[in-house]
Amino acid sequence: MSSDAISARGDLRLTRITKSYGEFKAVDDLTLTIPKGSFFALLGPSGCGKTTTLRMVAGLEEPTVGSIHLGDTDITTTRPYQRPINTVFQNYALFPHLTIFENIAFGLRRRGVKDVKEQVDKVLNLVELPHLAGRKPTQLSGGQQQRIALARAIVNRPALLLLDEPLGALDLKLRRQMQIELKWIQREVGLTFVHVTHDQEEAMTMADTIAVMNEGKIEQMGSPADLYDNPQTAFVANFLGQSNLIKGKIDGSDGDNLVVDLYGQKVSMPKKRSHAVDSSLYAGIRPEKFRISLLGTPVKGNTLTGGRIEDVSYIGVSTQYVVAMPWGQELMVFEQNDDGVPPFDKGDEVLISWEPSFTFGLRGDEDIEAGTEVNPEDLEEE
Amino acid sequence: MTFPKVRVPYLLLFPGFAFLFTFFILPIVNLAQTSTQTPVKGGDTGQYEQKFAFGNYITAFTENREQFARSFIFASFATVLALAIAYPLAYAIAFKAGKFKNILLVLVVAPFFTSFLLRTIAWKQILGEEGFVVPGLRSLHIIGQQTTLTSTSIAVVAGMTYNFLPFMTLPLYASLERIDPRTIEAAGDLYANGITAFRRVTVPLSMPGVVAGTLLTFIPAAGDYVNAAILGSPNTKMIGNVIESRYFKIVDYPTAAALSFTLMAAILILVTLYIRKTGTEELV
Repeated sequence: MSSDAISARGDLRLTRITKSYGEFKAVDDLTLTIPKGSFFALLGPSGCGKTTTLRMVAGLEEPTVGSIHLGDTDITTTRPYQRPINTVFQNYALFPHLTIFENIAFGLRRRGVKDVKEQVDKVLNLVELPHLAGRKPTQLSGGQQQRIALARAIVNRPALLLLDEPLGALDLKLRRQMQIELKWIQREVGLTFVHVTHDQEEAMTMADTIAVMNEGKIEQMGSPADLYDNPQTAFVANFLGQSNLIKGKIDGSDGDNLVVDLYGQKVSMPKKRSHAVDSSLYAGIRPEKFRISLLGTPVKGNTLTGGRIEDVSYIGVSTQYVVAMPWGQELMVFEQNDDGVPPFDKGDEVLISWEPSFTFGLRGDEDIEAGTEVNPEDLEEE
Repeated sequence: MTFPKVRVPYLLLFPGFAFLFTFFILPIVNLAQTSTQTPVKGGDTGQYEQKFAFGNYITAFTENREQFARSFIFASFATVLALAIAYPLAYAIAFKAGKFKNILLVLVVAPFFTSFLLRTIAWKQILGEEGFVVPGLRSLHIIGQQTTLTSTSIAVVAGMTYNFLPFMTLPLYASLERIDPRTIEAAGDLYANGITAFRRVTVPLSMPGVVAGTLLTFIPAAGDYVNAAILGSPNTKMIGNVIESRYFKIVDYPTAAALSFTLMAAILILVTLYIRKTGTEELV
């Protein structure tokens, strides 16, 4: 416990953190470094331990095992009010008895800052709500409350800003707008943002680094593009977007590529994109990477023959096809509608092709349903 | 059966209005009349005629100034003590009791299962020579060996505090329980230590409960006569005791009625000032 924790700055380091509630481990041996100045997202389904992790960083929970450092300062057991960390709470937790001005001034007054008025006005301008200073929180719309909650936190210029599902209570359109705004504000104020969400699109839009959490552990960490293009586990492949995972066997190699046998048809993929540990693997291809051609058309790259269009859904910008393969699997294909009308109909015999370098390989013993389950709690929050 | 929409609210209000008119408005008009009556010259005891003698109020008040003052002092002490006991209790039930919440709430209202009178008489036993409180305090030398507690102001205030405690606890609990614990967490997150968070967030947000609880304790306590009658002595008479004896013993209806009105007016003024001062109209 350090008395000068309040002035600590630097990277946030979680070292071998475990949080147990009786038998249940909400967070399980988690190690994580969040670089200063980054916009970091902890992404995962309800109950994956992301909120518990955030609360331990805020000081609202104490880890059962492990330590938390901010720069060189150990803050594992520092009280929340002694940490240079502020939180934007889910549902905002604004003080209903105080005006918007006093809500924002709360942290400044506690620290005995001199120019309260000036700083509050500045941050109210930043969130573009200077005219609301005299109102009470209940007189504000959800989107306005959200911005005030953000203003109340960033006005303190914390070393770390925590956002706990900050946009969960907003409707879809407002949420998209706030995502862009939050990102802009983060760049403007240059603080480290740690954002917890179950919404993969939200995480991908805003964060520069995403840690995907599942059952108290980090499944994979990286940039949004990394995670999407080269997922290492079925959970990540399914939780971030959709994936076609086809069971196969490694059947030799060819330079930097592996030759993979998918139900008797040979395809290739880059060696470095395979996470298989033995010869069995799942070949993963994102639906928009597939191309559909009528049988007999010459194509480049990997091909799979014997498909039949099972379903066509026209959704304006693209068309989604379900293609039934001879081995009984249905593959999902997204095609851009750059030529207007979707060119294929239900029942067409087609072949599917794709660029080999887009393939990723997962271990053959993965549960390919992982991360696809829709959590009823997540639906409620939508 | 359908009613025109406009009439429905009036229909719903009717039973309440009818009840209040019969059992509140009419008696109070009657009481107002009584308060300005004078004795019939040469008539029997308890025979009065309407004279609009407003002088009744002045005599009634000046003769009983001491009891008025005592009523408000005792009621204030009881209210402050009840608040001091009930706030931590309500806080613990609202935030710390977990699965025992409902049991504790039942325990708070459990005294109502016995009559008010019986409970007050029981306090006479508790504070009496044969109880454990007096010998206990004596052996700890907190009170002198000859000191007794019954028939003292302390006994009256203690009895009132006890009797009105649930009226303080329940509204406090209701308003504490409504506080989103995340607002208290947010205060901690914004550099407020436990005490500051309590002072700046918990207390202001529980003010509706404080105001409701203090009013529900102070108002009946100021008019109470049972505690003073059972636990007190002639030296601890409150205004309620005066009214009671004027009505039932001396059969001086006009003075009793005038005292009742004066008490009502005094309470009304105090309550109005209090609510103005706490500024919680919008929260209540």
